[in-house]
Amino acid sequence: MSHPVAAPLIELKNVRFGYGERVVLDGLDLSVPRGQILAVMGGSGNGKTSLLGLLGGRNVAWAGSVHVDGQDVGRLNGPGLYALRRRMGMLFQFGALFTDLSVFDNIAFPYREQTNLPEPVIRDLVLMKLEAVGLRGAAQSMPSQLSGGMARRVALARAIALDPMLMLYDEPFTGLDPISAGIIGRLIRRLNDAFGMTSLIVTHDVNETLRIADRIVLVSDGRIVRDMTPAEVRVSDDIFIRQFADGLPDGPVPFHYPAPAYGRQLLGGASGSGGADA
Amino acid sequence: MLDLLDRLGAVTLGALARLGLATLFFGAVFARTWRGLKRGALLVREIHFSGVRSLAIILVSGLFVGMVLAVQGYEVLQRFGSADALGSLVALSLVRELGPVVTALLFAGRAGSAVTAEIGLMRATEQLAAMDMMAVDPISRVVVPRFMGALVSLPILAVIFSSAGVIGAYLVGVELIGIDAGAFWSQMRASVDFRLDVLNGLFKALVFGLAVGLISVFEGYHAAPTAEGVSSATTRTVVISSLSVLTLDFILTVLMFRGLN
Repeated sequence: MSHPVAAPLIELKNVRFGYGERVVLDGLDLSVPRGQILAVMGGSGNGKTSLLGLLGGRNVAWAGSVHVDGQDVGRLNGPGLYALRRRMGMLFQFGALFTDLSVFDNIAFPYREQTNLPEPVIRDLVLMKLEAVGLRGAAQSMPSQLSGGMARRVALARAIALDPMLMLYDEPFTGLDPISAGIIGRLIRRLNDAFGMTSLIVTHDVNETLRIADRIVLVSDGRIVRDMTPAEVRVSDDIFIRQFADGLPDGPVPFHYPAPAYGRQLLGGASGSGGADA
Repeated sequence: MLDLLDRLGAVTLGALARLGLATLFFGAVFARTWRGLKRGALLVREIHFSGVRSLAIILVSGLFVGMVLAVQGYEVLQRFGSADALGSLVALSLVRELGPVVTALLFAGRAGSAVTAEIGLMRATEQLAAMDMMAVDPISRVVVPRFMGALVSLPILAVIFSSAGVIGAYLVGVELIGIDAGAFWSQMRASVDFRLDVLNGLFKALVFGLAVGLISVFEGYHAAPTAEGVSSATTRTVVISSLSVLTLDFILTVLMFRGLN
């Protein structure tokens, strides 16, 4: 289903990034060809969301380079960055709809802010996007009246309003029932192919991901440790892959947060109990 | 001892860092104010939210403050046989001090806290991030209109507060206590100077609007994206705004009225 073209749309080289003194991405290399849906998986706190921030220019890499459509995102200034973002869409974890605007106005927002289109044209475009996600009937609702799944679909319609070349999805299935998650998954695939986009999904949801992604990469310890197709994941007996695919609590990704030895701490030999050492 | 010094140092550094953050933020707001002004519809909406919706509390408070001033003022003035001066006492107190100051305090509690909570929740629910990712600058779109709303609304509300106060004083002083209406109004007209009292009072209200507006949007924009973060940001808006208003009032009063007598 992918349509590889010579230059990849996304190219990260040896990226290092973190918060304060904590390094979350270290030596990350990633390249995504145009037209592909790439799923990035990994435990929480492994820098998956930071990766989206780097691509959207909300985070700046400490070292290495982040290229989107040939542009070095870290080096773009304000107007340049905004010009690039106009060609990107992002679906936030819980939709991030503007709660003071109706569904219609939420989707009209990017058109009204970024274009000079007359209102009747905007109306038609909004209705078309809503039709694409099956929610034309909810145009006049307020975000607070929508279910989680519907809100996510409205947010998706808003994110694709300006027909982006790249769609970024931050945990698009989180908190959704299986039916809603399935709808979102199918929409991601359909929109990606219909509009000739490239998509990057950060997710934990193995089932949905295996169904729609072209490629799955696993992030651990700040870098990519596995890069496979869904078919390979299904049959792999790699312990890393199995831990994620089967949701095993312990494995290469440990269940326990780093801590001093249990016995020693219980007997009062190590700190970390909340009280300071004498 | 070292621990204490350590903590003192951390608090000082934290305060300085926040002050720096605030300065940069204010710079960013001012730099976008002109662009924000061109978006009239957004500004009108915010003036409605902050200003028009604060009208009730301002009118009622002004009325009662004026009535109390009249009762207390009459009680003192009549001891010296100058009850007729009630009009000028009330008008000067209101126009110079109580109008701008009490309006700013009420405004911080009524509208400033609402602005902080709204912007803070927009941040917590990633609405600001979404806007930024749609290449729409959240400072121009969200912050500047709310700041301008406070800046425009507060002086107008202060005028309304003072007017309501004068009416309250009239009701109590003239209608209830029975001071001569002619004396009440003429004393007021004779003692209140337009430039010195009215314009200075308005200028104070404008400065307070600037302070309350900036503090409200700053606290909201930099609120921690949690329930607790938004709640403490809202509290900080009210506390810091109130203290700033009172401090600024002292400074402005000294500058404006020093050497008058």
